[in-house]
Amino acid sequence: MSTETTTPALDVERAVLDLGDGDSRVRALDDVSLTVMPGEFVAIVGPSGSGKSSLLAISGALSSPDHGTVRVHGTDVASLSKRARARFRLTNIGFVFQSGNLLPSLTSADQLRLAGRLAGNRTVDPLPLLESVGMAHRARHRPGELSGGERQRVGIARALVNAPSLLLVDEPTAALDRRRSHEVVRLLADRAHDAGVAVVMVTHDRDVLEHCDRVLEMVDGRLGAPSLAH
Amino acid sequence: MFLALRELRFARGRFTLMGVVIALISVLVVLLSGLSSGLVNDGVSGLKAMPATAFAFDEGTKTDNAFSRSVVDEAQLAAWQQADGIADAEPMGVNIVNGVASDGSQIDLTLFGVLPDGFLSPPVSAGEGLGAVDGIVVSETLRDEGVELGTVITLDRVDLELTVVGFTEGQATFGHVDVAYLPIGTWKLLAAGATQPGAPSAAEVEALDFPYSSVVALRAADGATPDYAAIDASAETTTMTLAESFNASPGYEAETLTLSMIQIFLYAICSLVVGAFFTVWTIQRSHDLAVLRAVGASGRYLLRDSLVQAAILLLGFTALGVAAGVGLGAAMPAAMPFDLEFVPIAIASGLTILLGLIGAAIAVLRIVRIDPLRALGGQR
Repeated sequence: MSTETTTPALDVERAVLDLGDGDSRVRALDDVSLTVMPGEFVAIVGPSGSGKSSLLAISGALSSPDHGTVRVHGTDVASLSKRARARFRLTNIGFVFQSGNLLPSLTSADQLRLAGRLAGNRTVDPLPLLESVGMAHRARHRPGELSGGERQRVGIARALVNAPSLLLVDEPTAALDRRRSHEVVRLLADRAHDAGVAVVMVTHDRDVLEHCDRVLEMVDGRLGAPSLAH
Repeated sequence: MFLALRELRFARGRFTLMGVVIALISVLVVLLSGLSSGLVNDGVSGLKAMPATAFAFDEGTKTDNAFSRSVVDEAQLAAWQQADGIADAEPMGVNIVNGVASDGSQIDLTLFGVLPDGFLSPPVSAGEGLGAVDGIVVSETLRDEGVELGTVITLDRVDLELTVVGFTEGQATFGHVDVAYLPIGTWKLLAAGATQPGAPSAAEVEALDFPYSSVVALRAADGATPDYAAIDASAETTTMTLAESFNASPGYEAETLTLSMIQIFLYAICSLVVGAFFTVWTIQRSHDLAVLRAVGASGRYLLRDSLVQAAILLLGFTALGVAAGVGLGAAMPAAMPFDLEFVPIAIASGLTILLGLIGAAIAVLRIVRIDPLRALGGQR
């Protein structure tokens, strides 16, 4: 129990990341530190190109910072090989992408089953998870038959299949109207608090920040207190 | 398999279109294979049916049409009869003639002059074997042209009359012309130009001194591998094995080369079309694949899944195409040289599938280059 509560789900320490080459070289992350505890729901806001997605990429072990360390649930992910990072992502990190990014050929239930299979779990029962995001009645529908909000809910359920300790969420409300945006973000907050999952959400939709435990703002690669919160 | 099958079902329209192209290519491959076998049989089935292992031609005979061009004498024949490892060496005469049957229909024949009691003498399924100087044995397929036992065929110009005394089973053609076996003595009479109008007589054959034949037909002794080159050198002949001698039949090489070239083109087209389809298909879903890679799916898993998908598509629709091709082939008119043979068709469909898979494999290899970062909105 002690490690569960004392080990941060995400611990980014003094991360620096440069993107591009030569003249187009940009400092995407400039000495960024961020600690997120299990069950905490953190939002990161900021304009396009401020480095939000880069922070998400290094937190999710999709890329490594040039300097600094990234620990997910105590594991230094930057030190892992490419293949080991992929395996680590499968079981420890959940991703929710813009507009769900579900596979068009799979039903909601199959989206969850595939996520389980990729992690070596062939006996996933998708229904309870779909139920928990209010989508059990759409289990047999493909993304083409779902609304934007429904797709996001299925996407969230999919990200939770392998019981990750960290959920990374990229602009979940980009394609949603106001009411659905609130529903989806509230669902994320509930999941974080109920399941003890750390959630980091990148957004520029300041409208939904009321559901978050903590809001940080990113400007020109630097992470700081928000100029406008709650 | 999980994703592969669901994608096949989901995008069935696109996959069916691709599949129909594969099936049509397979139909063509089967038809070409049938035509190929048919032409080969039409060209050399008379040779194929022979129990000979090799033929000795006169030294330096041009390969094409060698059977009708070559002339060997009795010294060459004798050299082969005494050679090591040769069980039988018999003279054989080859000659293509035009004739008219007793019912007035015109018939082309390849005359194979052989010793009536030699190893080349054909087994008969009806009538009697070779023996009578004016008796010929023809293949059963000639019955379709109205030839019966007792039919008299009069050869053009020389007016030599030959009578069908027996039938041998199966197709026996040479250079697309039906084979008629006749006693070598009668053949010599014809080759020497010593025939009289009407049926040949035994006395004429006896009286003729004509020490030549076209080739020496050889049968190796059981288990022996004769040193053909060495015997050729001393006998002043050029030997071709039975299979090599097919090329010495008229038009054989030209026909088979043309058809194999068309087949090779079809395989290349199949490979390229399938490759192009899977390239577009992979690009179309590259964002989905990036999402899967971001989630943590290994490149190997996605690659295997895509290859299984291509294999299912190719296997299914090639089978369909082969079935349709075999059906079509069975309905071909008898006059067409078309033979469905299992081995060439199996090889052809195997190659279609294999080359299609290679095309698909090259296309889906790009999966491993897909950057999982693409899953995140915009740039990172």
